[in-house]
Amino acid sequence: MKKVVTGNEALAYGAKIARAEVIPAYPITPQTTVVEKIADFMADGEMKAKYIKVESEHSAMAACIAASNAGARTFTATSAHGLTLMHELLFWASGARLPIVMGNINRAMGPPWSVWADHLDSIAQRDTGWMQFYCENNQEVLDTVIQAYKICEDKDILLPAFINEDAFYLSHTSELVDIPDQERVDEFLPPYELQLKLDIDNPMGFGSLVMPEWYMEFRYKIAEAMDRSRKKIQQVSKEFNKMFGRSYEMLDLYRCEDAEAVFIAVGTMASTAKEVVDTMRKEGKDVGVARLRVFRPFPVDEIRELAKTVDFIGVMDRSYSFGYGGAIFSEIKAALYNSDYKPIVKDYIVGLGGKDVTPKVLEKIFTDGLKVRTKGLKDKEIEWIGVKGLGGW
Amino acid sequence: MFKTYEDLPLTPITNVSSRTNKTGLWRTFKPVIDYEKCIKCYICWKFCPDVAIIINDFPQIDYDYCKGCGICANECPKNAITMEKEE
Amino acid sequence: MLLPKVIAMIEIRFHGRGGQGAVVASKLLAQAAFLEDNDVQSFPYFGVERRGAPVTAFTKIDKRPIRIKSQIYEPDYVIVLDPSLMNAVDVAHGLKKNGLILINSNKKPEKFNLPAKRIATVDATSIAIAHRLGSKHAPIVNSAILGAFSKASKIVKLSSLINSILEISPAKKEENAAAAKEAYEKVTVVENV
Ligand code: SF4
Ligand code: SF4
Repeated sequence: MKKVVTGNEALAYGAKIARAEVIPAYPITPQTTVVEKIADFMADGEMKAKYIKVESEHSAMAACIAASNAGARTFTATSAHGLTLMHELLFWASGARLPIVMGNINRAMGPPWSVWADHLDSIAQRDTGWMQFYCENNQEVLDTVIQAYKICEDKDILLPAFINEDAFYLSHTSELVDIPDQERVDEFLPPYELQLKLDIDNPMGFGSLVMPEWYMEFRYKIAEAMDRSRKKIQQVSKEFNKMFGRSYEMLDLYRCEDAEAVFIAVGTMASTAKEVVDTMRKEGKDVGVARLRVFRPFPVDEIRELAKTVDFIGVMDRSYSFGYGGAIFSEIKAALYNSDYKPIVKDYIVGLGGKDVTPKVLEKIFTDGLKVRTKGLKDKEIEWIGVKGLGGW
Repeated sequence: MFKTYEDLPLTPITNVSSRTNKTGLWRTFKPVIDYEKCIKCYICWKFCPDVAIIINDFPQIDYDYCKGCGICANECPKNAITMEKEE
Repeated sequence: MLLPKVIAMIEIRFHGRGGQGAVVASKLLAQAAFLEDNDVQSFPYFGVERRGAPVTAFTKIDKRPIRIKSQIYEPDYVIVLDPSLMNAVDVAHGLKKNGLILINSNKKPEKFNLPAKRIATVDATSIAIAHRLGSKHAPIVNSAILGAFSKASKIVKLSSLINSILEISPAKKEENAAAAKEAYEKVTVVENV
């Protein structure tokens, strides 16, 4: 059934049709309408779940961990300062191998206080052992919730995932979304079954102390599972496509085959960028966009494959790591260092704190990239775009 | 038991209760209560980190689990607990 | 009646005050356009909403999938839910050359001095009060103004708008539909003001 819904509603519908059973929630702008919508579903009797009102995001994740450990399919959503308050427990969820699925509304970290789109909140969770998906439209948000449960709960994976949507650009924007039928989703997504779980009749202790002899061994198991998840993500996407007719790649290539310069974009920015690529192609400028849909696990092979055919990769980072560049820029260069193909890589810091990334801004970046491709990088490896006083933009 | 990382469970789990872990074996000094001095304030019971003091009107040490740390002796306001060398 | 037509992307900007229903209006219009097989997008200005404060909302309508995810800077249409806003907000900002401004007002379009060639007015406030939408002091004018928009722009048919209202209006569906119909009849459009 097609409906005009916001990204936040898409998350809520996702949780509902994935039959999430426990929803611990604490509200934060711009996430609030996700958990409000879930509360509506429950009040209307459309969704059967346990809703736990907690006193902070730290507690929300603690409740997710306990519920998931007891064998319940668990969902929550948060944003920015809420996500970063969960930081400690994010490690716990992955270390305890719990397939929790969470929505994160990508919002800037303060100060300056801001409720607008920025990827720093989630990028800063890079090493927590969670899979990270970034969506470009509301349909993808909903589809990814369903896929994520199937990926996370697979017995070869058993890791948590969060699904990112840009604040306001998706969270508060209504778009057409095809909401799959419940029976079809049930067919696609079997119930969650955990082998070792909290069980009153069979008491066990979880998360025990491990001596140095065995700590690395446990961590290695997580590393392996995260590596395996690359294949699993692709496999689940194929199955999803067969059933629902929509497919998603880890690195979504748009007109890259014959492009001279390719630009890496994340989230809604990528959607606008595809439109700009079409416009510039009409003028004979051979640009392409590669949308990084999955940040963890990082699609290393796909990036290396892409590098074989282009001389220039422009990375558009919607976050900045003070001290050196955006994280995606650094990761892409790291992926290419030991490969035979090393295109020029330039970092464009853009759209922080919700600064609108318009077609005009993207066209300027793409034009700059084409120029750097022929003239070389010179001294500007990292450039902040649209900062008043910096000029040129 | 475990030879390689592959033999391990997914996450560290203890499938037995901590009751099987008799911390009493760790002791070199053991607390002994002088019931003449004891005023049943139960401060020792509150402080024992291993829940090895049982209240049965008077406090009693559960030597299966008392690890001999001496905190109870230190906290007792009446100096009713003395730490004696294990035989 | 002319058939509504959407060739290139159409962008509409709503100006209102918190509580008047500008955000719901943008969604109702999107839903109506969806019922006519368009792709749609609607969103509030990415800000913090408070009752009484100026509120901006947007709708995009296109036959092709809408991929641009940025705000609207050059609207084809501007809809003003509260004329008192026009003292504080430049409602015509960025309006396309042939753009149209629709104002909730009991004055004639010629009375407005705006940098727009096409101006339309409708007394949506009186219509909303007559249909008991909101209160006398704070009428909710979104359904009425959209009825007028349907006539003035021909972007969506009145029947689609009414179906949209009946489907997703949060309350008083029938009254909202009736208000839309009445405003559709009463709107005045002047070209080449
Ligand atoms: S703290 Fe000392 S006085 Fe108090 S109950 Fe224990 S032994 Fe008795
Ligand atoms: S010595 Fe330590 S472990 Fe033993 S009873 Fe006293 S406080 Fe408890």
